[in-house]
Amino acid sequence: MSKLKLIIHREFIAKVRNKSFIMMTFLSPLLLVGVGALVFFLMKKNKEIEKRIVYVDNSGLFSKEDFKDTEIVYYEDFTSFGIEETKKKVENGDYYGALIIPKKDSLELLASSIEFYSKESPGMSVINSLESKIERKLRNEKLNYFGIDIDKINASKIQSNIKMVNFSGEESSKLINGLKVGVGAVAGYMLMMFVLIYGTSVMRSVIEEKTSRIVEIIVSSVKPFQLMLGKIIGNASAGLLQFSIWGVLLFIIFTVASSVFGVDMAEMQTSQLSVEQLEMAKQAAGGDKVQLIIQELLRLPILKLFVLFIFYFLGGFMLYSSLYAAIGAAVDNETDTQQFMFPIMLPLVLGVYVGFATVINDPHGPIPVLFSHIPLTSPIVMLMRVPFGVSWGELAISMILLVITFVFMVWLAAKIYRVGILMYGKKPTYKDLYKWLKYKG
Amino acid sequence: MSNLLEINNIVKNYGDFRALNDVSIHIPKGSVYGLLGPNGAGKTSLIRIINQITMADSGSILIDGEPLSPKHTSDIGYLPEERGLYKSMKVGEQALYLAQLKGLSKAEAKKRLQYWFDKFDISAWWGKKIEELSKGMAQKVQFIVTVMHNPKLLIFDEPFSGFDPINAQLIAKEILQLRDEGATIIFSTHRMESVEEMCDEIALIDKSNKILDGKLNDIKRQFRTNTFQVGLNTSIPNEVRAALEQNFEVLPADFKLLGNELTCNVKLKNTSSANDLLSFLTGKGEVQHFVELIPSANDIFIEAVNKNR
Repeated sequence: MSKLKLIIHREFIAKVRNKSFIMMTFLSPLLLVGVGALVFFLMKKNKEIEKRIVYVDNSGLFSKEDFKDTEIVYYEDFTSFGIEETKKKVENGDYYGALIIPKKDSLELLASSIEFYSKESPGMSVINSLESKIERKLRNEKLNYFGIDIDKINASKIQSNIKMVNFSGEESSKLINGLKVGVGAVAGYMLMMFVLIYGTSVMRSVIEEKTSRIVEIIVSSVKPFQLMLGKIIGNASAGLLQFSIWGVLLFIIFTVASSVFGVDMAEMQTSQLSVEQLEMAKQAAGGDKVQLIIQELLRLPILKLFVLFIFYFLGGFMLYSSLYAAIGAAVDNETDTQQFMFPIMLPLVLGVYVGFATVINDPHGPIPVLFSHIPLTSPIVMLMRVPFGVSWGELAISMILLVITFVFMVWLAAKIYRVGILMYGKKPTYKDLYKWLKYKG
Repeated sequence: MSNLLEINNIVKNYGDFRALNDVSIHIPKGSVYGLLGPNGAGKTSLIRIINQITMADSGSILIDGEPLSPKHTSDIGYLPEERGLYKSMKVGEQALYLAQLKGLSKAEAKKRLQYWFDKFDISAWWGKKIEELSKGMAQKVQFIVTVMHNPKLLIFDEPFSGFDPINAQLIAKEILQLRDEGATIIFSTHRMESVEEMCDEIALIDKSNKILDGKLNDIKRQFRTNTFQVGLNTSIPNEVRAALEQNFEVLPADFKLLGNELTCNVKLKNTSSANDLLSFLTGKGEVQHFVELIPSANDIFIEAVNKNR
């Protein structure tokens, strides 16, 4: 076995055998699903608390018809009790709040003088729902006053749904677009997390070798460059393994989910549904969103995304982890890394923010296009753009730039690494690092 | 005896600082070669260059007649002064890994490790992690890792630090045995008594320059002061001392004898020989003690370094 292979193997095994790696690999997907389910459950529970709202209508405009009970909100007419009595009842009783509608001369005046009394400040959703009820009623009153037939207004409503088609014939709808944003964002964000987590792990491993002083023994057998490269590749392999395990677990979860929600996987792969068919499916399923989302997800270029994720992960990781390795080599302990960490974090975080801020609005606008070519941010931003369809030519340029930059960065970092691993004691400055770059051999 | 290692005119700079200035050292095959010098003299820089951890700015190194190149890393075993192992890795796995990095096959490495682990009686540690071992135990593992690939050249930087006297003795014995089996050994240390005990030749480096090298005995001869410890049984010690002072330089004795003899250190003058002193003494009484004061490695070290300052 060549020395590089030996190093990669050791680094990989050391990483994979680590308890935290095993925990993270198998527990985090479960945790993710678990936390998601928990949040969903809690939200539902939160909404399910029954609310009893009373109203005092001195204007005489409203009726029980305007305040229809829902599953969890009940309305009661307290007009007969009068305002003061109602307030007292609400304050001492088991009521959510009281809506006080005074008598006013004009509808406009009325609209701005309705009050809601409650023990605690009411939730936005309650207020919004009350406001829309009142607005609807007052608007209808107004239309009546102008002599306009409300039924005609209702009948004249038309919904428009623009279909989005690109020149390679892919059709999309708003839902699909939303999914693309989501998938891109998840991929980009995951890439950033991977680079951060595994980059830090490379750095720790370098610091460990340095503080345990074994590094001098190792570099008497292999070149520092080989050691650094082995470390980076070993950690990248562990990262890919983790990613693949997550992929498999997610696939299983998806398969289970889709069989539960009744999506035929085989059919999905053989036939590409058109938007109309989808709409029909939507109707047929009674607007079952979950089924539709799973169908749409499966229609995204998943293989292309997967391959590109792997490529950009490897490229971005090589780029950043070589910097992490150089930092690890330059310092004696982890607390000294802070000053060097910030400049590394910056472009990563910038990538995610630029991605979130611009790709959603215009995936092919000048800013996202620019940032998906700058190698420090391209892995993240490009992954966010890929679901919207990026031409292979553009991808090629971005990829080549990334490769050139990481080769250069690995070379540069190796120079700092080589000197740094044998330097102890002094906390290095940027000036020191620059000096090390110029040392020979 | 031919040289295993020929270091010629090595220069090494770190930025503006010159760590090694035109250093040449020739190390004979099968010798224990002491590389001595104060802290910061440049010993570690030289050792790292021999190990190809760093490269010299200029100069050449030949090992067994060939220019030093990456393929020679398997011919060298290195025990750095600041040493360590992967703390959370198991002893056996770690030793196998390091042996393979030195070019041994896994099977061969296993066989050799078995031999050394049996020899040091530490086979039970194979599955333990380094962090579970005491410092002395870890040092033994470290020693094995350094020598297991049977290198032609072994470099020990302060090999005895961290060992108790018994284990230090064991390691010293192993080092000498390795030499007897044909290995050449570079031995860098501050402990001068171990230099006396182990080294055939030495080189002294101070402030980036080699200031002294050669066979230890030759150097001692070079640094001899022609001073003798003299113990004489005589009834008239004061008169003898006075007579001595006329012909030789008499210094206070730095040793003790039993009884009331005349004891002193006598330094020969340029024209006189040891025999002159001895015949003078035999005429005055019974010579009980007559020993040449040979400079110790420690004396030589201090004198040479002070002279260089």
